[in-house]
Amino acid sequence: MIFTIAGRELRGLFLSPLAWSILAVVQLILAYMFLAQIDFFMQLQPRLPTLPGAPGVTEIVAVPLLGNAAMILLLIVPLITMRLISDERRNQTLPLLFAAPISMSTIVLGKFVGVMIFLLIMLLMILMMPLTLLLGSSLDFGVLAAATLGLFLLLASFAAVGLFMSSLTAQPTIAAVSTFGVLLLLWILDWAGNNAEGGQGSDVLAYLSILRHYEALLKGVFNSADVIYYLLFITVFLVLSIRRLDAERMQH
Amino acid sequence: MSMDSLITVENLYRYYGELCAVHDLCFEVRRGEVLGFLGPNGAGKSTTMRMIGGNLAPSAGRVLINGVDILDQPMLAKAELGFLPETPPLYRDLTVNEYLTYCARINRIPRAQQSGAIDSAKERCGLTEVGRRLIANLSKGYQQRVGIAQAIIHSPSVVLLDEPTVGLDPIQIREIRSLIRDVANEHSVVLSTHILPEVQSVCDRVQIINRGRLVLNESIEQMSEKLQATTLLVALRLMPSISELESVAGVTSVEALEDGRVRMSYDANNDPSDAIVEQAVANGWGLHELTPERMTLEQVFVDITSSDVNEHEEHGSEGAAA
Repeated sequence: MIFTIAGRELRGLFLSPLAWSILAVVQLILAYMFLAQIDFFMQLQPRLPTLPGAPGVTEIVAVPLLGNAAMILLLIVPLITMRLISDERRNQTLPLLFAAPISMSTIVLGKFVGVMIFLLIMLLMILMMPLTLLLGSSLDFGVLAAATLGLFLLLASFAAVGLFMSSLTAQPTIAAVSTFGVLLLLWILDWAGNNAEGGQGSDVLAYLSILRHYEALLKGVFNSADVIYYLLFITVFLVLSIRRLDAERMQH
Repeated sequence: MSMDSLITVENLYRYYGELCAVHDLCFEVRRGEVLGFLGPNGAGKSTTMRMIGGNLAPSAGRVLINGVDILDQPMLAKAELGFLPETPPLYRDLTVNEYLTYCARINRIPRAQQSGAIDSAKERCGLTEVGRRLIANLSKGYQQRVGIAQAIIHSPSVVLLDEPTVGLDPIQIREIRSLIRDVANEHSVVLSTHILPEVQSVCDRVQIINRGRLVLNESIEQMSEKLQATTLLVALRLMPSISELESVAGVTSVEALEDGRVRMSYDANNDPSDAIVEQAVANGWGLHELTPERMTLEQVFVDITSSDVNEHEEHGSEGAAA
């Protein structure tokens, strides 16, 4: 049942030009960054063998690419998630789902899975760029895998926030703007932690930042606490979305 | 609660903040019955329909579908329910076939039976020709049919149709009505509307709701009795005096109208038409029009909904006049 709804969501995305143009634009921008990074690596390459413990091509090209991808997708994911529920509310198609014998959690999970499949396609397209380096070099697959997992969990968190914001309103644009706002806030929460040295409160803020946990994974450090942080984050926003849809029937 | 009642509504209340949209509603819909749910705009029809359809939680009271509480066991109750809301819930970017396939899936029709269910729903709603067209490009009438197809695709025992003929042209309205009659052969139907002839032509039972309260609950036969003519419109070329007309047997009062005709009221059990014709011929009045004035459902409706004075008093005064 979840996959029925996910399939419908995915289909809806690809029926509109939005999904295609997002895929194209993201790929174009990241390809440019990828090339710039390779250029940088080429300049650095002669000096690298002289440095002890010098970073390899994975650290210099692939990891910054995934880091940049996170930044760009922070802007893009709200555009993908904005229509999830708000559009159904605006077109008054929610009664179809509410009158069918399916639970709210199925509806929410279905929509989440639908978006995640789309984001997975995007992630694979991004990953193909560093993988082309295999033609002329070798990659550190451990680091790449950790960074990819990090980006995947980050995107899932973005999508969960986007889904919740979309469940709050009937206007897709409002959903997009507020998703972007929340994500950016969670992202820069880290700054307060960095500036005020030592304060207990700022440590907590820094820990809450979604960026902090991603950075660790980008470095190739797989810490289960980071993964659990993301899983909790996703669960919280999915549960909030379910509660929100349940409340829809209670009030008007 | 009898086993045969498919929908049981018990003491249903719904508040929107301070506003009480539905007040202490109780009724039942039996198997194979078509219930017309009548009321002016804002009477609480849609609110009630949405509560029965599981789209809105009641503030108090219960809704049972086939004996199953829709809040306690929503999955079980909703499987027996087809709902067409006021605005048909259509995905405009899908074709009719794609849309109905999706509906079949979310209504948990087993995969093997899906294509059969879709074909039969399309056939019953006259959609076979337009299966491959985008819903966005269909006319309003066809979109409404897709909405009805969606509601009956899983053969629910109860179909709720909320104002299914609003915004359609007269031909489409006739088509949709015959479709509703067809649907009623196999399912119990609750039809909400503010169009009275619709109820007269389709329903077995009428309920009138006004300001959230049920003000009338009668079978269509009882309703028709109430609609019996008690006045005649008469046009005569040589108009006699009013008193002469009043002396005709059975006539209780005569009222001269501006266009030269007279309205003659009579006791329901004593139709004076024959007597009027006889007198007209005998006295050479030159009768050229004799029309029984039907009390339309409209008038009953307006009588009930505009005054909170209940109908029993009206009956009382009629009786006294006779």
